[in-house]
Amino acid sequence: MARDTTSTPEPAGKLSRRRLLQMMGMLGVTGAAAVSGVAALSRLTEAGDNPVPAHPGSSGEAGAHQWVFIMDLRNCDGCEQCTAACQKMHYLNKDQTWIKVFKLTSAAGQDFFMPRSCMQCEVAPCVSVCPVGASFKSPDGITLIDSDKCIGCRMCMAACPYGARYFNWTEPPKAPAGMGPRRPEYPVPQQKGTVGKCVMCVHNLRYGKLPGCVEACHMGALYVGDRNTDLATNGQVVVKLSEFLKAHDATRFKEELNTRPRVYYILGHGQSINF
Amino acid sequence: MAMAEQDSRSLRAMALAPLLRGGRWFWPAVGLLSLPVLGALGAWGYQLTHGLRVTGLRDQVFWGVYITNLITFIGFSYGGALVSAILRLTGAAWRAPITRLSEATALITLVVGALFIFVDLGRPDRLWEFIAHPNLSSPLVWDALAVTTYLVATMIFLYLPLIPDLAVAARETDGRVGPLRRWVLRLLSLGWQGRPDQQRVLEWGTTTMAILIIPIAVTVHSVLSWAFALTTREGWHSTVFGPYFVIAALFSGVATVILVVLFFRWAYGLQRHIGAQQIRNLGMILLTLGVTYLYFTFDELLTEGYPMVMKTAELFRVLLFGQYGLQFWAFVIGGGLIPVLLVALPWTRNAKGIGIASGLVVAFMWLKRFLIIVPPQSVPLIAGPMGTYHPTWVEITITAGGIAAVPLLLILFFRLFPILAIHEMEEMESEPATQVHP
Repeated sequence: MARDTTSTPEPAGKLSRRRLLQMMGMLGVTGAAAVSGVAALSRLTEAGDNPVPAHPGSSGEAGAHQWVFIMDLRNCDGCEQCTAACQKMHYLNKDQTWIKVFKLTSAAGQDFFMPRSCMQCEVAPCVSVCPVGASFKSPDGITLIDSDKCIGCRMCMAACPYGARYFNWTEPPKAPAGMGPRRPEYPVPQQKGTVGKCVMCVHNLRYGKLPGCVEACHMGALYVGDRNTDLATNGQVVVKLSEFLKAHDATRFKEELNTRPRVYYILGHGQSINF
Repeated sequence: MAMAEQDSRSLRAMALAPLLRGGRWFWPAVGLLSLPVLGALGAWGYQLTHGLRVTGLRDQVFWGVYITNLITFIGFSYGGALVSAILRLTGAAWRAPITRLSEATALITLVVGALFIFVDLGRPDRLWEFIAHPNLSSPLVWDALAVTTYLVATMIFLYLPLIPDLAVAARETDGRVGPLRRWVLRLLSLGWQGRPDQQRVLEWGTTTMAILIIPIAVTVHSVLSWAFALTTREGWHSTVFGPYFVIAALFSGVATVILVVLFFRWAYGLQRHIGAQQIRNLGMILLTLGVTYLYFTFDELLTEGYPMVMKTAELFRVLLFGQYGLQFWAFVIGGGLIPVLLVALPWTRNAKGIGIASGLVVAFMWLKRFLIIVPPQSVPLIAGPMGTYHPTWVEITITAGGIAAVPLLLILFFRLFPILAIHEMEEMESEPATQVHP
């Protein structure tokens, strides 16, 4: 069994010249960095162009994409714009920090920042302990919550080793009308008495748009990627996922727990998240 | 022979007296105990409308006194299973006068404890999801299965030995209770006449239940512990948790039975049947379980604490010396050492000493469960401040109601059903040899 922490999950394929040219062309046409990121992501979703099924498990298109996050801690300045954008996008209470920025200190005494979203574990403890199956894995690798099923027992919060889950202790803010029905991929508005967490904005990824946090990160520290197309972007540049992870010695948080997170961290000199 | 008949008459009279008249304390006690129960229902209603934000719980410490109550009260119910089932199977004849009291305590504490599951849920209205879409890999589904099985088993185990007594009660209280109560007593006694074939079936059923209820009870308390132990949290993820919870349940359960026995012995003047022997023997069981529990506690602390990895160090700092330090050492002394000494030392090994020991155990074992549940959540999973948790008036009011509900339901139960196991005690008297040495 592969328990590689720093290498890529799949053998690094060669980025085809055609795709690179397509992408470069797009970057050239659009110019503006943010816009190009969005476009790059729509390239990313182009392969197969399968929308995330409304109710995962019911679709034959399962797993057209395998989403991952990369968090480049060398660039994070702890501004928490990601948290603010996430809360705005999902109409969350202020205590619901689906992506939360922690201030850590290196062994040498230097402060650095670490954003923590849901790790989208492949072996998700929260999913196995949910008594009613309200938490589940989508075919594209996202851990989702059917908040119309959640009974609010908070067993998933006990099981999550990352503290990534939040209970709606109070009524969430009003969301504008006409947002369509609440669904696990875009669980808005949240419901009082149920648990919520980062869903990697799969509703955005489906239309080739960036997750709220990635789009908001002006430092370019957050990347969203797809293992199947082997591409990732922070909205400013597009990288080849497998090579990017390898070149920067990407690691995963609490690797020893064997939850196999889909969030990779790139650490700067002297930085460590293994504690 | 004449002596035996007189004994039997006085036994029946004594066991059935509460069915006819509750004693002067009865209505004041019912009134007094009803107040906190009504208060709890009101507070629960308030919580249902406003949501769990009215509790002191937040995202870091998300389980608090409700889960503490759930574990503690279900633990109390294990005392009844032990006294009644284990002592029955080992043929301890002295148990007969206290079996009914302990079996009823088991059922009532279990029901009150299980209610706290509903109190803790964010969406209790969706409980049917448990039945409609259970996820069999979830420890909480195992909990639900184990607790409901245990509930049914406890009811059967209470009911079977009650059948002959209900027939006696229906006969002997004839004309002195209302027609409805007589009809209910008759109906529930299932036409018991004491025929040999009936005796055989009853004996078989009771023994079978006594055997079954032991593994069922062990399962319940282990499964409850697994809701914590199967996570990766420091302080919860421990192989000792299954047996640790089972011993905790036995320890606090026997203490509960002692308190119930002492109260009803005093309230209905049962000293003639529940003598010093019963109290002393229960005290010795309490002592054994107390030192076992202290041993488990020490073993767990040493095993975790000797390597002292970083998360353990953070947990131990708050648990032993920090914000929970006072409570932890209060438990060790008040819930462990003092009760053990009170029973171990001959000059306090009497009803008063054992009663005080039991009271301390019941109170401090609640605190111990709180210390098992809350501090491991306070330790931050990544970085940041220690989580805090201060129970609110809503949680305190609901808890007080749960505590009051146990004596209230017991008092009401024993106004309706015989407090002593008449049939069993008469059997003991007629053939003591076969019961003592089966």
